[in-house]
Amino acid sequence: MLQKIYDWIDDRIDITPIWRDIADHEVPEHVNPAHHFSAFVYCFGGLTFFVVVIQILSGMFLTMYYVPDIENAWKSVYYLQTEVAHAQIVRGMHHWGASVVIVMLLLHTLRVFFQGAYKKPRELNWMVGVLIFFIMLGLGFTGYLLPWDNKAYFATQVGLEIAEQVPFIGEQLKTLLAGDANIVGAQTLTRFFAIHVFFLPGALFALLAVHFILIRRQGISGPL
Amino acid sequence: MHKGKGMKFVGDSRISAERKPNVPKDYSEYPGRTEAFWPNFLLKEWLVGAVFLVGFLCLTLAHPSPLEGMADPTNSSYIPLPDWYFLFLYELLKYEFASGDFIIMGILVLPGIAFGALLIAPFLDNGPGRRPHQRPVAVGMMLLALASVIWLTYESASHVDWESRAEANKPIPPGEQVEIDTEDPGYAVYENSCMSCHGDDLQGGAAAPSLIGIDKSAEEIAQIAQEGIGSMPPGQFSGSDEELQQLTDFIVSVNEEQSE
Ligand code: HEM
Repeated sequence: MLQKIYDWIDDRIDITPIWRDIADHEVPEHVNPAHHFSAFVYCFGGLTFFVVVIQILSGMFLTMYYVPDIENAWKSVYYLQTEVAHAQIVRGMHHWGASVVIVMLLLHTLRVFFQGAYKKPRELNWMVGVLIFFIMLGLGFTGYLLPWDNKAYFATQVGLEIAEQVPFIGEQLKTLLAGDANIVGAQTLTRFFAIHVFFLPGALFALLAVHFILIRRQGISGPL
Repeated sequence: MHKGKGMKFVGDSRISAERKPNVPKDYSEYPGRTEAFWPNFLLKEWLVGAVFLVGFLCLTLAHPSPLEGMADPTNSSYIPLPDWYFLFLYELLKYEFASGDFIIMGILVLPGIAFGALLIAPFLDNGPGRRPHQRPVAVGMMLLALASVIWLTYESASHVDWESRAEANKPIPPGEQVEIDTEDPGYAVYENSCMSCHGDDLQGGAAAPSLIGIDKSAEEIAQIAQEGIGSMPPGQFSGSDEELQQLTDFIVSVNEEQSE
């Protein structure tokens, strides 16, 4: 049955070559933890991706209840946390995932760094990786405000004051982020929400696509 | 791909009518014990992923994610703290060479150098050798940077009493917030005399504290209403004794309801 469906589709759009391009590649011995246990360091990139997927899924479910306005944001999170079935776990996954992803990202970066895997020809992919790191920090910063509790509010205020002290463009930068030159309020919350949910994930997906395409083109770096 | 004359297509499309079998490439010619990613290696990867997921879910179940009280911009005593992975940057700004007149050092120059160097690391460390001992400068700088980040994070976090912080900032469940009975005759008196400073839900405001959760008797409240206290001037209440009675009864009843 499945084979018939596959054949029916393949007959029309010829997906076998696409599928082989995506799924068919070699895993050399030196990165395979089944052969060399120390090769588990090569898992860090994949596990980072795994946590990113967890973040996307849990985040999608959180937006089913979350309301990005200053009257209701906190209340919606509180409701989620106390009333909605399993929402405490979903929010917990998103909350802890945000920290775990930074840890995994750091481990992955250190593995690439200490193995010198960023050397020719992989310089570009390293730079894409560092940009991904910045995006993830941006996601952490903007996401921290969204529950609109005291720690969120005051940490964001400090962050914006730091942005304001940048020479020449500081004030504009702060206004761009906060939506107002002085107030951290309704505008700030909707802006951070949009940045957290649309702008940064969009950039993240694009960079991740480049990251993976480059890995596939170049293959994993050889044994040391 | 098959090209040239004699090709057959599916209908009027550009899809070749010739089917290719969906079989994995043969990796046995590759060096060492190379195996195919799909499906051989992916099955093992799933195992790693499953173990990771179980550990992760245990963490989320054991530690529900924190939520403090709703943001109160007028709370001037709150000591802000960023999430842990920003603590090192935050701590850096406490050093003299990175704050005050030298704030540019703390917010731009030092982080800029560190993250800039990270970004262009392949071009700074451009020798052919990949092993750590073949590039002592790069590895040394990274170890130094790591040690500084860990030290700064530790310095920042070790002064914080996380438990008492969480305790002091517990959220007030919306359900336990007192229902204010605006039909109460005392509320009408409250509205006239007190509301402009103490807020429409007795929650307080910029000029006056909340009247919920105060430990005062009806007599004391009556006295404060007439004679003032602290920065509250005397004579806020002016009306009949009956109204004063209604007012104090109302405030006391709200506080009784709240302490239940
Ligand atoms: C969400 C973030 C990221 C994901 C999901 C990700 C994923 C991956 C994966 C799956 C690999 C294959 C090898 C492995 O798993 O170790 C890889 C390789 C690589 N990554 Fe990342 N990565 C991320 C962030 C980064 C960052 C922050 C950097 C550097 C600063 C980076 C630099 C590299 C480089 C240079 C390679 C090639 C290494 C080699 O060929 O040995 N990546 N990445």
